[in-house]
Amino acid sequence: MAQAEIRIAGFGGQGVILAGMILGRAAAIHDGKHATMIQAFGPEARGSACSAQLIISDEPVRYPYVQRARYLAALNQDAYHRFEPQLAGDGVLIYEEDLVALRPDQRPGIQAHGIPATRIAEEIGRKIVLNIVFVGFFAAVTGLVSLDAVRRAVAESVPPGTEQLNLAALERGIEHGMRLTAGAA
Amino acid sequence: MSTAGLLTGPQFMDGDHACAEGAIAAGCRFSAGYPITPSTEVVERLAARFPEVGGVFIQMEDELAASITIQGAVWAGAKAITVTSGPGFSLMMEHLGLAAMTETPCVFVDVQRAGPSTGLPTLPAQGDMMQARFGSHGDYQIIALCPDSPQDCLDQTIRAFNLSERFRVPVLLMMDECVGHMIERVVIPEPGTCEITPRRMTALPQGAEYLPYATKDCCDMVPDMTEAGRGHTPHITGLTHDERGYPAMNTDAQRDLMLRLRDKILKFEPEIRDVRLDQVDGADVVVVCYGITSRVAIPAIETARAKGLKVGWLRLVTAWPFPEPVIRDLAARVKAFVVPEINLGQMVLEVERCAAGRARTIHVPHAGGAVHDPNDILRAIEEAAR
Repeated sequence: MAQAEIRIAGFGGQGVILAGMILGRAAAIHDGKHATMIQAFGPEARGSACSAQLIISDEPVRYPYVQRARYLAALNQDAYHRFEPQLAGDGVLIYEEDLVALRPDQRPGIQAHGIPATRIAEEIGRKIVLNIVFVGFFAAVTGLVSLDAVRRAVAESVPPGTEQLNLAALERGIEHGMRLTAGAA
Repeated sequence: MSTAGLLTGPQFMDGDHACAEGAIAAGCRFSAGYPITPSTEVVERLAARFPEVGGVFIQMEDELAASITIQGAVWAGAKAITVTSGPGFSLMMEHLGLAAMTETPCVFVDVQRAGPSTGLPTLPAQGDMMQARFGSHGDYQIIALCPDSPQDCLDQTIRAFNLSERFRVPVLLMMDECVGHMIERVVIPEPGTCEITPRRMTALPQGAEYLPYATKDCCDMVPDMTEAGRGHTPHITGLTHDERGYPAMNTDAQRDLMLRLRDKILKFEPEIRDVRLDQVDGADVVVVCYGITSRVAIPAIETARAKGLKVGWLRLVTAWPFPEPVIRDLAARVKAFVVPEINLGQMVLEVERCAAGRARTIHVPHAGGAVHDPNDILRAIEEAAR
């Protein structure tokens, strides 16, 4: 991997920015890579829509914005509609399968992997950890950050006292991703 | 100073927060500010962090108040910072001049957004570079630094404090929205591992005759300071003043003071200078850039090199005082300079002035609201190489 350009998007309140921060932190602090994240500011960042751009690279990141995303993490329908057309033709789409309905004409070159992250979070007992479930799934499916790094990044990024809950959520996401990749192999 | 509450080691944080951590690492324990996008996160962080390290943040009624309050804190002995963006920077110009005139060491941070006026609050620009240099009335010098990453925001904030103490001058940290909001790995130094320039305090005892604006000799044009409560009863004024700090309403005093305020910076330009160079020796074209644009230019330079062009990269970390000798020297050796910046022509004027017709200067303007498309910079390089 030379440079991976990632777009993460969803509703405000889904923890989109924290998800990006955890992936970036895992790469930049624990995997020894370079990571640059930019979150959307301005009217589009208030209320419903929320998005972040994340670049993970072996080399220092120069141009800081995503030019052609190879990875899209879509946590709601709007994120899918807005950003899927910008995804590279051989890109990877990771989506919240209960909140995103893929278009019937979804481009076949794109690998699409869904996870019911919100439902899994509800099973764990706290809907709020859906983003952490999603992060685990994203890490396991894409391999962009090591699982060890993402575990450490989660533990460092969540409010004190919630580490166990969040790490449990992360493992559920990772398991879901592992099953999927094992099935594909 | 107590090191309790200091945060160290690798973090994943934005440039605004890194600037705040740089201020803390530099020993700054006072800030007054009036939050404004895209600089708000700096004061937010200071407001949260200062109580942990024994500092004080005051949210003032406006930027005029913020920029004068820090100067009161400095004369009471603190290291102090204020933080703003375009519209607030305009309001601070009066007091920037006061800090220059009274030789009050302090740091002003401007996280540049597109202007003029309220412009594009959430989007980047580099349109305040000439305002940084000339925004207040009268003749004076300042120092301005341009970071290009969150780590550099931290490092340059520390350097800004050090230079302000060394030269007793306001130092301007000219960030932009992109480096301010960009999140990357930032390593906060352990206490005692980064060089901190102490205040130039007078050694004179209480009651001794202390002249707050007397310089020791011709080589060191920076007077020693005191602080409130030491018994030196200094007089600090924005009026033209003599060595005692008393108003001196005559042309001789004006000339002596103006020349010293100028020379204490310009004669030490090589010491203040920080330019980063890559492959300028033997280059036909040198791209002169600063802030976020110095990163955005690199893909363009790499593409041009891959096409066989000899292209150098010169990043101005110190924008003011402008590194005239560096550009003069290069102008005799290169065909052309390419100057991309997110404004319609500011630092390019300095490059052109120093090139003095010996090398072409091609500007790559951008009206603001985004960074350059590297292809625009590439086209200018190709034109310059022809």
